[in-house]
Amino acid sequence: MSDPSVTVVPAFWALGAAGLLGLLASVAAIVDGLLSARAAGAAAGTGWSRPAGEVARLMWQRRRATVAADTLLWRTGGAGLLVMALMIVTVVPLGAWTLFDLDVGVVWFNAMDVLAWAFVWLTGWGANSAHALVGGYRFLAYGLAYELPLMFALVAPAVAASSLNVGTIAAAQQGLWFVTWMPLAFLVFCMGVLAIAMWGPFSAAVAPDVAGGVSAELSGVDRLLFLGGRYALLAAGAAFAVPMFLGGGAGPLLPAWLWVLVKTLALLAALVWLRRRLPVVRPDLFMEIGWVVLLPAVLLQDLLVAGIALARS
Amino acid sequence: MVSHVAFWVLAVVAVLAGAAVFIVNSMARASYALAVSFIGVGLQVLLLQQNYVGVVTILMMVMEMAVMAVYMIMFMGMNPALMPMSMVHDKRHALAVSIGVFVLLAAGTLIVPWPTRRGTPPADVTMTLGEELMGPKMLVMAAVGVVMAATIVAGVVLAAHQTRYDRFGDDLRRRPADDPQPGGVGR
Amino acid sequence: MVLLVAAALFSVGLYGALSQQVVVMVMMGLELMLNGLILAAAGFWWFLAPDPSGQVLLLVIIAAMTVEMAMGFAVATMLHRVRRVDMTDLARDLSR
Repeated sequence: MSDPSVTVVPAFWALGAAGLLGLLASVAAIVDGLLSARAAGAAAGTGWSRPAGEVARLMWQRRRATVAADTLLWRTGGAGLLVMALMIVTVVPLGAWTLFDLDVGVVWFNAMDVLAWAFVWLTGWGANSAHALVGGYRFLAYGLAYELPLMFALVAPAVAASSLNVGTIAAAQQGLWFVTWMPLAFLVFCMGVLAIAMWGPFSAAVAPDVAGGVSAELSGVDRLLFLGGRYALLAAGAAFAVPMFLGGGAGPLLPAWLWVLVKTLALLAALVWLRRRLPVVRPDLFMEIGWVVLLPAVLLQDLLVAGIALARS
Repeated sequence: MVSHVAFWVLAVVAVLAGAAVFIVNSMARASYALAVSFIGVGLQVLLLQQNYVGVVTILMMVMEMAVMAVYMIMFMGMNPALMPMSMVHDKRHALAVSIGVFVLLAAGTLIVPWPTRRGTPPADVTMTLGEELMGPKMLVMAAVGVVMAATIVAGVVLAAHQTRYDRFGDDLRRRPADDPQPGGVGR
Repeated sequence: MVLLVAAALFSVGLYGALSQQVVVMVMMGLELMLNGLILAAAGFWWFLAPDPSGQVLLLVIIAAMTVEMAMGFAVATMLHRVRRVDMTDLARDLSR
C-alpha cells in the first residue's frame, strides 16, 4: 500500500515534525508582525519581535474565568486546533520522508479539517458568553459553505494521480505541477485553508464587531494556544498544498526536502500577506457564493481533470 | 500486541462516550460525546485495516455532530448546565430491554461457532473497494446517489417554510427574491 | 471480541432511542446503534471473509446514517416550526 518513493521514519521524528511546524507558525507570526507594523505606519523592519512579546505577555497573563463556563469543552476546543495541525502534517511527506504513509492521506486531511468545526464551535460555546457563541455560529456557517468546495478541490489531484496517498500524488507531478492545470482547485484549497485558520477574509468568527468572537473570553495560555493553533493550521495547510498542487519536492539544484520547505514558506507568506489585502466576507453572503458559484466551478474543474486523466491513461 | 491494547482502549472509550451521551445533561457535551464515540469506532475500523471506511466515518460523524449540537441547542433553547433536567420516559423498561438485547447479542457472539476466515484481504483495500463500487457493485453506488439526492430535496421541502410564491411574489416576478437570509449572489 | 464491543454500543444506543423524549436525542440513540453496526460489519469483514465486496455494506450503512440524519432534522425542524414541540410524546397524530 505504500509508495516506494517515500520512506516512513520512526515515530520519534514526530517531535521533529512538531518543531518544524512550530517554526513555520512562528515565521508566519513574525511575517504578520512585520506587515502589521508596516500597515500601522511604523518604520520598515520593525514589528518582527511582536510575536515574541505577545507570547511572553500571554504566558504571564492570568486566566480569565467566566460564569458557568463549560471548562472541559472550552479547553478542548482551544487546544484542539494545534493538535489538528499536528495531525495534518503527519501525512505530509518532507521530501522522501513521511511520518505516516496512509493510503488514504487525502481523506485523512479532510477528516482532520472537519475537526475545526468541532473545536472552533466548542471554543465559542465553552465560554458561556454571547459574543463567543456568535463567533462559533459564524464559523459553522462558513463551514457549511467552504467544506464541500474544499472536498471537491481535494478530489482533483487525487483523480489526476489516481491515488489518495499524498506521497504518490507528489510523485505524480514530477513533470508538471498540478497547480498549472487545476488552478481553480488550488485557489479553492487555499480558500479552505484560510477559512479553517479563520484568517483574512474568513475572520468574521473572530472579528472585532463581536468583541473578538470565538476568542472573546480567551486569555493567557488558552489564548496563546488558540492563536498558535490558527498560525499552525495556516502552516499545515500550506505544507499540505505543496505535495497536492505544487509538485512536492520537485525542483532543480536543491534537495527535495528543502524544496518542500521553500514552497511551504512561500505559500505561507502569501497567505499571511492576504490577510490585509482582502475584505472580510459575511458568512450569510458567503453561503450562497459557496454553493452557487464555488461548488459548480470546482465540480467542472474535477470533470476537466477526470477527462484529462482518462485521456492520458 | 500494541494494536490489541489500542483496540481495547478505543473500545472502552467508544462505549463509555456512547453511554455518556445519555448521562451528561448538557446538549453540547452529549453531541460531542457521541462524536468521541464515533472517532473511537473510526479508529478501530482503521485498526481492522479498512482505512477508507475508518477515516470517512470520522470525517462524516464529526461534521454531523457539529451540526447536531446546533440543532440540539436550537430546539432545547437553554443551557442545561445551569438547570439539570431529566428528559426520559419509561426508563426502566428501556433499560431492561437494552440489557436483554446486549446479553442476547453477547451470548450470540460467544456461543456461535464462527467459521474460519475465507480468503485473504486484498493488498490495497481502498483500491479494491473503489473498483468494486465502480464495477460489479455499481448499482449500490447508483442507488445510494439517487437516495441521497432525494433526501436533499425532501429535507429541504420538509424544513423550508417558504414557497416560491413567498420568495418571488404572487406573479413570480419579484427579483431579487425575498429571502429571510439574503445570499451573496446577484445582490 | 469486536462483536462484543459492537453489541455494547448497539445496546447503549437502543436504550437511548427507547428512553429519550426529545426527537434529537432519539436520533442520537439511533446513530449509536448504527455505530455499533459499522463496527460489527467491519469486524465480520476482517475476521470472516475479507473479500472486497463486503466493504460496500459499510458504505451503505454510512449512507443510511446520513440519510437518517438529514430526514430526522428536516422532520424535527418542521415539527418545531409548526407545533413548537420537540418531544416524541407530543407528536402522536397517528396513534389517535
